[in-house]
Amino acid sequence: MDLLRFSTAGSVDDGKSTLIGRLLYDSKSIFEDQYEAIKRSSRLHGGDGEVNLALLTDGLRAEREQGITIDVAYRYFATPRRKFIIADTPGHEQYTRNMVTGASTAELAVVLIDARNGVLTQSRRHGFIASLLQIPHVIVAINKMDLVDYSQARFDELVREYSEFVHRLDVENVVFIPISALKGDNVVSKSEAMAWYDGPTLLHHLETVKVGADRNVIDFRFPVQYVLRPNQDFRGFAGEVASGTIRVGDDVTVLPSRKTSRVKSIVAFDEDTEQAGPGDAIAVTIEDEIDISRGDMLVRSRNIPTVTSALDADICWMSEDELRPNKLYMLTHTTHTVQAFVSKIIYRTDVDTLHRQSADTFGLNDIGRVEIVTSEPVFVDPYRINRHTGCFILIDPDTNTTVGAGMIRGVAKNVPAVGEDTRKDMKSPHVVWEGLNISREEREARNEHGAAVLWFTGLSGSGKTTIARDLERRLFDAGCQTMLLDGDYVRHGLSGDLGFSPEDRAENIRRVGEVTRLFFEQGGIVLCTFISPYEKDRAFVRSLIPDGRFVEVHVDCDPAVCEERDPKGLYAKVKAGTITNFTGFTAPYEPPTEPEVTIRSDEISVDESVERLLRVLRERQIVT
Amino acid sequence: MLEAEGIYVMREVASQFERPVLMFSGGKDSIVMVHLARKAFYPAPIPFPLLHVDTGHNFPEALAFRDNLVQDINAELIVRLVQDSIDSGRVKEETGPNASRNSLQIVTLLDALAEFKFDAALGGARRDEEKARAKERFFSHRDRFGQWDPKNQRPELWSLYNGRKGVGEHFRVFPISNWTELDIWQYIAQAGIDIPSVYFSHTREVVDRDGVLLARSDYIELMNDESYEERVIRFRTVGDMTCTGAVESNAQTIDDIIEEVSTARVTERGGRADDQRSEAAMEDRKRRGYF
Repeated sequence: MDLLRFSTAGSVDDGKSTLIGRLLYDSKSIFEDQYEAIKRSSRLHGGDGEVNLALLTDGLRAEREQGITIDVAYRYFATPRRKFIIADTPGHEQYTRNMVTGASTAELAVVLIDARNGVLTQSRRHGFIASLLQIPHVIVAINKMDLVDYSQARFDELVREYSEFVHRLDVENVVFIPISALKGDNVVSKSEAMAWYDGPTLLHHLETVKVGADRNVIDFRFPVQYVLRPNQDFRGFAGEVASGTIRVGDDVTVLPSRKTSRVKSIVAFDEDTEQAGPGDAIAVTIEDEIDISRGDMLVRSRNIPTVTSALDADICWMSEDELRPNKLYMLTHTTHTVQAFVSKIIYRTDVDTLHRQSADTFGLNDIGRVEIVTSEPVFVDPYRINRHTGCFILIDPDTNTTVGAGMIRGVAKNVPAVGEDTRKDMKSPHVVWEGLNISREEREARNEHGAAVLWFTGLSGSGKTTIARDLERRLFDAGCQTMLLDGDYVRHGLSGDLGFSPEDRAENIRRVGEVTRLFFEQGGIVLCTFISPYEKDRAFVRSLIPDGRFVEVHVDCDPAVCEERDPKGLYAKVKAGTITNFTGFTAPYEPPTEPEVTIRSDEISVDESVERLLRVLRERQIVT
Repeated sequence: MLEAEGIYVMREVASQFERPVLMFSGGKDSIVMVHLARKAFYPAPIPFPLLHVDTGHNFPEALAFRDNLVQDINAELIVRLVQDSIDSGRVKEETGPNASRNSLQIVTLLDALAEFKFDAALGGARRDEEKARAKERFFSHRDRFGQWDPKNQRPELWSLYNGRKGVGEHFRVFPISNWTELDIWQYIAQAGIDIPSVYFSHTREVVDRDGVLLARSDYIELMNDESYEERVIRFRTVGDMTCTGAVESNAQTIDDIIEEVSTARVTERGGRADDQRSEAAMEDRKRRGYF
């Protein structure tokens, strides 16, 4: 039978414990003695005579006294269709840490919103954590509908509000369900009071949502956990297949030695198997005598993860002791533990507003982006692609406790920290920065609009220029001061001496960035359309512009559509072999991980795109 | 999936600790644990010994089963007796009709861990058994006095287990944390694992004490109006005879048991007199070092 692990979180009074109690009770997963026990407690702890289902999950005595949950508690129930494990995480504000813990193994998150109170900090935080931890499915349960007269208008309003927020996150599958945990509406059975709602009940959705969506079946990764050596003739490497599949006879490469061999057998207690996949606990033997120990990784010879000792990662700090940059921690990644230090804090994310703040350290419950240096190379994949080989924990060797949890983005790219003064990095000798004669604020006051930079990135043919030109016309006609900088334009003149190697592309973007800043300081709305394939280069331009004024617009489009459009005939030339280093074909494109706006130009029209960007500018109060 | 998780945790223990031990009670959960350990290290033998803390009040059937199993799989078994702790004055026996040696096991267990310098004790506890256990980690840190601090547990993320510890500290590790009673039975059926006969229906003399059916034994003192009577019963858990309650049942095969468990309306620990002593009974015992 399928197994679905899901996490729940909510504010203290959102009714989370009641919801879980309701799921257990209505799915008949509560035993008589448990029910009797909570009935006894309900009377003991006061209450109005109704059996308090919340008492089923609020386990520890201290919590019962305070009426709150303080740690992650695991609950189990099953229906004829599926087994469930609930990681129930506490609601109140300071426990981000527990929410992250519960989310780490969850395939689905239930975010609770109290219909009376609307979208509070806590519900946003849970959404953000679901996104950060890459939980594939999110249910937003709008609870206590009975207290707002089962109002469809109220439900719609909350759906709109939360959707707007989710839009800024990296979550794909979000389902909204109006419920009353107390009365049982739409939890297990359909609500008669909300005939206007024709979606699934909460339990029905839990029973039917696709499981295993976070499993990576492509990239074979086998971290060696334990070496079995019963006698001189047998050497087996035991572990769990983190991702991908392997068969007897397949070629494998051992990391870090890079020695190669072939799988001889996949040993199992009952009988040997021919093939193993994600999550299987196996032992393999290989054809050749190669020195392999715990912490090494077997991979396919033609699909090797990133081997690096410099990581770019999001981390959540879980300790009362602050993060100390340059202090040595232990980093555990798969079965491999190395020494590591945080070499740079790029930013801290305010989990309530999603704003990025500059930071010198992280305290308990802080989340942000850092760069980490490890004492030996680790074998990693981006967390987005592989949850198992993209995660790690940090352990403080002085206290032995787990102090941090990390999600890998990739190799450290030396992104400037938020607030870092990059002007210092690049200057001619004997020059002094004096500040501008007339300040941007004065210019903005006269222009009657704010200055901003819209940075359009995307493949050639994705529609960057087309959208930007229309948008600029609209802004100009409305009386705004604008400037459009286009890749082809600056390649004549300003960057005419540069080619298309990664170094030249970086230099091109550096020059464009500096020019952009000048136009920006002049009070204009600067629209820049550059393929700009490297995240590092885009981050550089971002670092030049104050927070909130840089809007990264990812113009995302199916490469096949770009190729079909081919406005400049470039794809044709690539096919003919007359262009090399072409992004998307012979040169890489690193999609933005957190753009302010994503436009699927193969799904929406130019007009719609322009309208959306105008809305963003209005929301940010750049234009009115 | 649950099996793979259990095997993974067993292998982590063998890798991260110097002297692990597997707690063996003779009950179904610890029998499943032994089976998982065999699978985890096959074709090598289980790389750690089994430890049985014997209250002296065990079902004779369970002890015979234990000795056979150990011989079959060629494992090393260590037995430590609560009686020895009593004789040496380390603990004092409870008196009265409800006397039980269940909580006395704590001292014998901690003494055994110290005697052999075990730094990790694998237990078959499950989170679904009881409220306090719902918050247990797979790797549960214990201080030098064997105590558990539920407010100061290490966060446990993904399947990355942190077994680092200071001198004199140890870990309790629970590889089948995520299993439910039904999962255990289904696994026993599917893997064809043998279990002691007391789990199956049989006729036995029992005394009904506050709704808990206790088996006749030398360790139980009848109260005034109590008497033994023959009933057709089986045991859902197999522990100390003074506090392990029976249920009336006709289940003669594993499939009968699965059928019974999946429709049962009382949790298996509901038959345990020790948990009913107070609402927070389990939490109190755990803080002091109980499993």
